[in-house]
Amino acid sequence: MKIERIKTDLLIIGGGTAGCYAAITAKNASNAADLKILIVEKANIKRSGCLAAGVNALNAYITEGREPKDYVEYAKKDADGIVREDLLYSISERFNEITAHLEKLGLVILKDKDGKYVTRGNRNIKINGENIKPILANAVKKLNNVTVLNHVNIFDFSVHDNKIDGAYGFGIENDTFYAIEAKAVIIATGGAAGLYRPNNPGFSRHKMWYPPFNTGAGYAMGIRHGAEMTTFEMRFIALRCKDTIAPTGTLAQGVGAKQVNSLGEVYETKYGISTSERVYGTVAENLEGRGPCYLRTEGISAEQEESLLKAYLNMAPSQTIRWLENETPSKANVEIEGTEPYIVGGHTASGYWVDTKRATTIEGLYAAGDVAGGCPQKYVTGALAEGEIAAKSAVEYIKASPAPRQAQGPDARFKVAEPAEATIKDAEIARHVAEIETYLSQKNSLYTTEQLEEAMQIAMDEYAGGITTGYGYTEKHLNIAKEKIDEIESLTDKLSAADLQEVMYIYELKERLTVCKSVIAHLATRHETRWHSFAENRDYPEKDNIHWLKYVNSRLVNGKIKTFTRELTAEGQKNYEHQH
Amino acid sequence: MSINIDPNICIGCGRCHDVCPGTLIKINEQKKAYIKYPKDCWGCTSCIKECPVHAIRFFLGEDIGGKGSKVHTEKVNGLIRWIVEFPDGSVKHIDIDPKESNKY
Repeated sequence: MKIERIKTDLLIIGGGTAGCYAAITAKNASNAADLKILIVEKANIKRSGCLAAGVNALNAYITEGREPKDYVEYAKKDADGIVREDLLYSISERFNEITAHLEKLGLVILKDKDGKYVTRGNRNIKINGENIKPILANAVKKLNNVTVLNHVNIFDFSVHDNKIDGAYGFGIENDTFYAIEAKAVIIATGGAAGLYRPNNPGFSRHKMWYPPFNTGAGYAMGIRHGAEMTTFEMRFIALRCKDTIAPTGTLAQGVGAKQVNSLGEVYETKYGISTSERVYGTVAENLEGRGPCYLRTEGISAEQEESLLKAYLNMAPSQTIRWLENETPSKANVEIEGTEPYIVGGHTASGYWVDTKRATTIEGLYAAGDVAGGCPQKYVTGALAEGEIAAKSAVEYIKASPAPRQAQGPDARFKVAEPAEATIKDAEIARHVAEIETYLSQKNSLYTTEQLEEAMQIAMDEYAGGITTGYGYTEKHLNIAKEKIDEIESLTDKLSAADLQEVMYIYELKERLTVCKSVIAHLATRHETRWHSFAENRDYPEKDNIHWLKYVNSRLVNGKIKTFTRELTAEGQKNYEHQH
Repeated sequence: MSINIDPNICIGCGRCHDVCPGTLIKINEQKKAYIKYPKDCWGCTSCIKECPVHAIRFFLGEDIGGKGSKVHTEKVNGLIRWIVEFPDGSVKHIDIDPKESNKY
């Protein structure tokens, strides 16, 4: 394996929605013209992350007659109070400016005859977002001094005295190890899918809502280096079209399809219409023998049907194929189901505990998008807003930082000598390289990465509230889940890999296991059921506003995840700073 | 949910390999693209949109209701044409104007 040292000013890990926009906005900052920016992406920024297939609406926009505070209220209500108002304000105030910028970059947005955006409901506008990711990637390409490393997987931060100074990664296909030094780092690796047994565990195991390639890397790296995390108990479960796991919002909001049970009764009014209640109602109707459940599309017009077929091709093409191969939505209602639980800070509130500037509790590390906590209902524009905020904060931090400290002399074992001022030492590189080489040299491993991944998903499904148990769990269940996850983790040392892509799969498994441990610890801490399905605690089936209108946060202490609570930010609070 | 690449059409340009968000597509010794990890495909269709010679077809696994139809896209007069080939030999075209936004 070749070893390459890279030095940059700002390192952005993850070139998805938030990461690309962080690069775009950092370069536009007036004081950043001389800064070197590096995006490292494990796939290719042209089609990586959540928007690979496209998106068919911008779901976070302040429509005419509404204000940012209305959006804050909506998100707060959907999360039943457990949000950071300061974070929500800071994204809501940027939605419309960012939308205008996207249009300038080339996004097609539907307008009426007066040139105003056509809205869908109170917060959404209609777009053709099939090519939204190539649009962002092209904007990045045009920037001078922004370098993109595609197909490079970052698997560890370099942190000294709780201050980040870079990261370690390897090329999946070029046999190269990268030691990257940076003055500031933005983590934008997305959330975590694949922790729980998925809806379609066989051939179509990756036919899931959230990108199966988002493995919680950013969470795991932060957890291991002692970053404070928040609200991992607020899992996200989406209500989806059965089998294809395609979105349902387009049916509910586009053609007004109601949720009905097998008796044809509309049940959504019975359980409520928040995101978690829509899922919970569907689970409950099935448990009580009134399933399967559907979105009532029977009888929609031919014109509506044609529009639906096109809308899904722009976003989740498998659903259109499913319709064409079976029955189309005007002829048959669309069966719906809840997905496996995901950890995703863009929809619910799990992620890094950040201040309003998106600074994490590790100095020099900023978080944006699904990896950042406390700020649900971000959607695309919110992820972009966080990319922008994190970029501006990181640039400000770099400009205010003193010169780097001095270090030891070079080590002759390496092709690229350790520069005198290096913050990453040759010995640290050697330790990381040795770990990778161990996986590449080990042979005859009894277990494969795939087997352990499945074991993890089964343990989480059965004992930490997966689809199998209707998302419910008890403390006793969670204790078993914890034991099993620890056991699986202990087996990962013996795994073998044929190439660096397989090494990446080992690291992804380890990332997921770290996130699982955090999820279990958080679920066990919140002694109430505030959000049905998302955190269905069967020991405490009621909501408890007296004790649990609080954030549950956590931090790794002596190798164990320690949870604790923090008081909610005040009503209307627009600024929050870390207390050191 | 996965894709199928026709080696007789593939020219080995590697564009599908470059854009796959899971890096699941590789180029073999005959300079033909193939999907190395078919079960890991997300179904995003990025590769299909990228392929200059329309060698890639996308299909639903039988476990999620697939019936053997194959799908790809072509650009026709500035429109994105989705082409569904059914097992009985019939074909359906759906044309989408990329300059028009979704109605829903």
